[in-house]
Amino acid sequence: MSGFPILATRGLVKRFGGVAAVDGVDLVVDAGEIRCLIGPNGAGKSTLFKCLTHQHQPTSGHVLFEGRDLQGLPTHLIARRGIAIKNQIPSIYANLDVRENIRLATLRRKLTKRELDRAVDLVLAEIGFDNLLAERPAATLSHAHRQWCELGMLLASDPRLALLDEPTAGMTREEMLRTVDIIKRLNATATVIVVEHDLEFIARLAQKVTVLHRGKVLVEDSMERIEANETVRDIYLGRKKDAAYAEG
Amino acid sequence: MDQFVILCFAVVNSIALLALISLGLAVIFGMMRVINFAHGEFIMLGGYATVIANHAGVNLWLSMFVVSPMVVGLIGAVAERLIIRRLYGHLVTTMLATWGLSLFLIGAVTAIFGNTTLGVSAPLGNITIGAYSIGAYQLFLIAVTALLVVCSLLALHWTKYGLIARAAMQNAEMAATLGVDCDRVYATTFIIGAATSGLAGALLAPISGVLPHMGAAYVARAFVTVISGGGALITGFLSAATILGPVEALLSYFATPVVGQASLLLLAVIILRLFPTGVSSLWTGGR
Ligand SMILES: Nc1ncnc2c1ncn2[C@@H]1O[C@H](COP(=O)(O)OP(=O)(O)OP(=O)(O)O)[C@@H](O)[C@H]1O
Ligand SMILES: [Mg+2]
Repeated sequence: MSGFPILATRGLVKRFGGVAAVDGVDLVVDAGEIRCLIGPNGAGKSTLFKCLTHQHQPTSGHVLFEGRDLQGLPTHLIARRGIAIKNQIPSIYANLDVRENIRLATLRRKLTKRELDRAVDLVLAEIGFDNLLAERPAATLSHAHRQWCELGMLLASDPRLALLDEPTAGMTREEMLRTVDIIKRLNATATVIVVEHDLEFIARLAQKVTVLHRGKVLVEDSMERIEANETVRDIYLGRKKDAAYAEG
Repeated sequence: MDQFVILCFAVVNSIALLALISLGLAVIFGMMRVINFAHGEFIMLGGYATVIANHAGVNLWLSMFVVSPMVVGLIGAVAERLIIRRLYGHLVTTMLATWGLSLFLIGAVTAIFGNTTLGVSAPLGNITIGAYSIGAYQLFLIAVTALLVVCSLLALHWTKYGLIARAAMQNAEMAATLGVDCDRVYATTFIIGAATSGLAGALLAPISGVLPHMGAAYVARAFVTVISGGGALITGFLSAATILGPVEALLSYFATPVVGQASLLLLAVIILRLFPTGVSSLWTGGR
């Protein structure tokens, strides 16, 4: 697999009716990276993610995963190839308990029952859930714990590439910091692309940041340079900071 | 005292019968939200498979427990491929299509085997209780039904397939992102549901005989049981059977079977007025 970037999109387009939510994206991510994807609301970040997993069928363009075109593959086969996604809307099975949720995510791996049990226990430890929490129906978890349960599912599926759509939404700073640690752990074995709005979170994690605006890649650079970029300040960071000043 | 025992037996028997004829439907409706109007005909085909196999010299138990589920499971597989799979998510179209399937199956069976009752004699003889006697085979039916229900519960909650099936049922898109092939889960579920209905028909054949139109006698009661049970897959229809069965049995005993069946429908209407999403909403919170 070496020689190929783990993910490359070529002219990826997704239209909803007349609106091009993703409008010709060429994104290249190397194996082992933590890439942050930022952009104002409606920029097309979530839609881009869903095109990578074929939860949305791209209107045109190509997605190459480890050098192979994913065209025509159904979502479950993409998952089995090793792309895991945490969608923006909370996606855990509310009626199942935490352990069952995580066990579900391990099923794509070819492991014996013993190994699966051990993998589930390991993940529970990594996301800091004790036995009491593990037996609870996911519906009864706090907001932050649900997000961690989802991250646990990602860890459990042992992906090659993990897509995280706003994993710290609605978290306190403490909770965000804990999430940073979990994602660093995930990055030890997987390439990570993460959509976030929280600047501290991005600064702590990302080596490289890609800014998406109106379905197109605007710039791609280090966080410091992005923060200094006038256009980006105008369309995104500036507005965000103004809002922060206005609030505080 | 003897009469009391007989009455208890009738009640338990009625619960078991409702559960037996509903299980296959509950699996298909509960997991796939597909309303299978050919459910009664799957039961009918199971009955025919056993009777025909037995007349051809196959051991009765083998006919019931192997031949019938396999034959009806196979027919279910074909129906899933040709009809159900193409119509997932279209509730009403699926209902019409399975209704068409049911008419087709009745017509085909009538054309091949004629519009007459065929049968096999009930095995196992009788058990005498004082002045009364009950068929040992009916006791056997109750036991088999209980076993089927317990096995379904265990399969659903303790096996890998059960976990995957519950996940696909709750949210298919999410399951797909975890690598679950939902089309295959649905197909398998439909086949298991069909095979279960086939087994029910086979088990009933020695008691009721088989006739092309026999499905109609079961399908209404099966639907009523499954719908009043609500969302919880096994416990739902089981509790509905436990409420409806005794009423039907007792009123059939003290009045007539027609009154019994009418009161079953009436009670189901009352249940659905009180719990629009079925009795199981009591402990699942309506999910
Ligand atoms: N299923 C859909 N049908 C129609 N339009 C859609 C659909 N999903 C997204 N869109 C539109 O596509 C555009 C991009 O949406 P998307 O959710 O990808 O943005 P985003 O960058 O994730 O925004 P946010 O930061 O708010 O999550 C928006 O204009 C949105 O209204
Ligand atoms: Mg989004």
